[in-house]
Amino acid sequence: MKADIVFAGIGGQGVLSAAAILAEAARRQGLVVKQTEVHGMAQRGGAVQASLRIAPDAIASELIPRGSAQMILGLEPVEALRYIDYLVPDGLLVTAADPVADLPGYPPIALIHEQVRSLGGHLIEADRLAREAGSHRAANIVMLGAASVLLSVPPEILDACIGDAFAARGDKVVAINREAFRLGRAAIAPARR
Amino acid sequence: MTQVAGRVDAARILLGDEAVALGAIDAGIAAAYSYPGTPATEIMETILAAAPEGVTARWTVNEKTAYEAALGVSMAGRRALVAMKHVGLNVAADPFINSALVAIGGGLVVAVADDPGMHSSQNEQDSRYLADFARIACLEPADQQEAYEMTREAFDVSERFHIPVLLRLVTRIAHSRSLVTTAPPLPPGPVAKVESVADWILIPSNARRVWRRLLGAQDDLQEWSEASPRNTLYLSQDDRGLGVITAGIGRNHYLENLPDLGFIPSHLHIGAYPVPAAAVRSLAERVERILIFEEGYPFIERSIAGVLPTRWEVLGKAPGPLPLDGELTPDTVRTALGLPERPRITVAGLDLPARPPQLCKGCPHDDSFRALLAAVGGDDGAVVMSDIGCYALGALPPYEAIESCVCMGASVGMAAGASAAGLRPALAVIGDSTFLHSGVTPLIDAVAHDTDMTLLILDNETVGMTGQQPTVLPGSRLEPLIAGLGVDREHLHVLEITPKRVGELTGMLRAEMAHPGLSVIIAVRECVEAIKNRHRGGKS
Repeated sequence: MKADIVFAGIGGQGVLSAAAILAEAARRQGLVVKQTEVHGMAQRGGAVQASLRIAPDAIASELIPRGSAQMILGLEPVEALRYIDYLVPDGLLVTAADPVADLPGYPPIALIHEQVRSLGGHLIEADRLAREAGSHRAANIVMLGAASVLLSVPPEILDACIGDAFAARGDKVVAINREAFRLGRAAIAPARR
Repeated sequence: MTQVAGRVDAARILLGDEAVALGAIDAGIAAAYSYPGTPATEIMETILAAAPEGVTARWTVNEKTAYEAALGVSMAGRRALVAMKHVGLNVAADPFINSALVAIGGGLVVAVADDPGMHSSQNEQDSRYLADFARIACLEPADQQEAYEMTREAFDVSERFHIPVLLRLVTRIAHSRSLVTTAPPLPPGPVAKVESVADWILIPSNARRVWRRLLGAQDDLQEWSEASPRNTLYLSQDDRGLGVITAGIGRNHYLENLPDLGFIPSHLHIGAYPVPAAAVRSLAERVERILIFEEGYPFIERSIAGVLPTRWEVLGKAPGPLPLDGELTPDTVRTALGLPERPRITVAGLDLPARPPQLCKGCPHDDSFRALLAAVGGDDGAVVMSDIGCYALGALPPYEAIESCVCMGASVGMAAGASAAGLRPALAVIGDSTFLHSGVTPLIDAVAHDTDMTLLILDNETVGMTGQQPTVLPGSRLEPLIAGLGVDREHLHVLEITPKRVGELTGMLRAEMAHPGLSVIIAVRECVEAIKNRHRGGKS
């Protein structure tokens, strides 16, 4: 498996956690990973981006060149579109449908959704599915579930990584995130049939 | 530490900062000191979490005290790491530069994280210049594995040449993750006080002697760098007259694009400084053009391209083809190599709003800024100096409440200067940790002259911006500290700031702005993120 993935979202949405879990899943498959992320001032309530590069052998740059990512994984649709020029022309755009619109000049969400669809993108009702799983905070794991179908990551490996990542927060949090992962996978599956 | 079935994983995914931390622990440090600063913060966070018992790991009041503590460890013959962001080295510059003269005992390594692109900083200064200025060795990792290995190696180099060694990181090393394999750790060494304390007493008669020692050691350092396996020269049979010099992460962006180039330039990679001059000359003998990819300032470029004409064309950042500012990317390096842009998706008419960072919902600074705006609003003669921290976001809408943000603690002295120059009322707005870091000394100046200014300390009881590290003194110690400096008790107030008490803080500010002398108001409420983290049972 070789994939360059741009994770896009907002500080606090779990962008970095989602990237780290997928990176660990790749490591457990014996793959090489490079992940880069932004902390600190740039992160506080603002746009957050992480890049994850996965390959069977050596990876050169920490950064994904523009026009070469296989996937943009958005936890917010405007944030996903912000990095569209990183996507390889036939790449995958998959994003949470739910807008975080607390900023001036946020476009009408219908326009944003239309834009995502016109690019062949997948819109996932991540907030609803996360709440169904037990917590709106698990939307990042819903999206990881959806992405994992498109990237053909073995679900049992990711499921184990999710369990390990949340183990310190207790069994309930683990169960919620496992369910969020399952619902995220189910959300993308019908479109693939 | 990730443990699988009782053994440490052969390779773990580590952040560059984590790799440095583990490298230092495995090199047998006796102590580590740091002040939080993006992108270096996670070095100390990792040491605090992972260091074995008996290793001293401390957040300090600022980078200068961190460095001095580490220097004391070295004099005791034991290894010490000191970690900071690039601008922190300015604060620690005095002990740093002077410590190059003393005959270092236990290895002393200063890990400095530069922030090209200014993701979370006020400038793009390049720490390699400071290593050069201090005349010491510098190692620059190109990935996390090297970050681990070079940290360990830096302690050996420090002890071999009796100098501190600077480990230069950049944001994309510090805050990127990749697989790292660690090596068996060394135990911390015993206390072994340096034999010649005269080498540590920099009175002029001694300083002249040890300065000559340091100058004399430059040839040895140069020889070390020329022989270092961190500097690798590849001479290509098919370079078409092009030599490429890369440093640190510049190599990765170059290798990313190399397969598309159609030929293979001769290539010198530099990971150890001083610049290996003989290797540069060997490269130059083979080529006509030299293209340099280095993160930060054109440091190698300037050491190669002088003012006199040469037969070589030396290309880099000045005057181009790479930009002088910002970080290198695979795309800027691609363009510099003369390769066409990769095809990419463009969406016509897609106008996305920027999403700048902002104060968290429920942030206590929000209440303080509303009070400040109400108290100062509309007064054209007033000035509001501010400082480094989350509250620098008070410069942005919806507040636009502050008028400066320069360096740690600057607001206090700048308010005093503005007051002297005739701007009244003069205010300084600073956080508790930044105040302790560098605001106390200028406040002593203001006390000495009863300067007509008002200092507003936003005490959120934590170092907020960098992820809620503990402030070195609890907030409750601020008032007695400030009273002890001699601030008039009549004009020293502590207010628990809440949304309901914005009016009260406004009134207090107005009264103290009208007072023709020094006043200090401490607005206290714990950082909302710190409270959340505590409830989550630790940081996420």
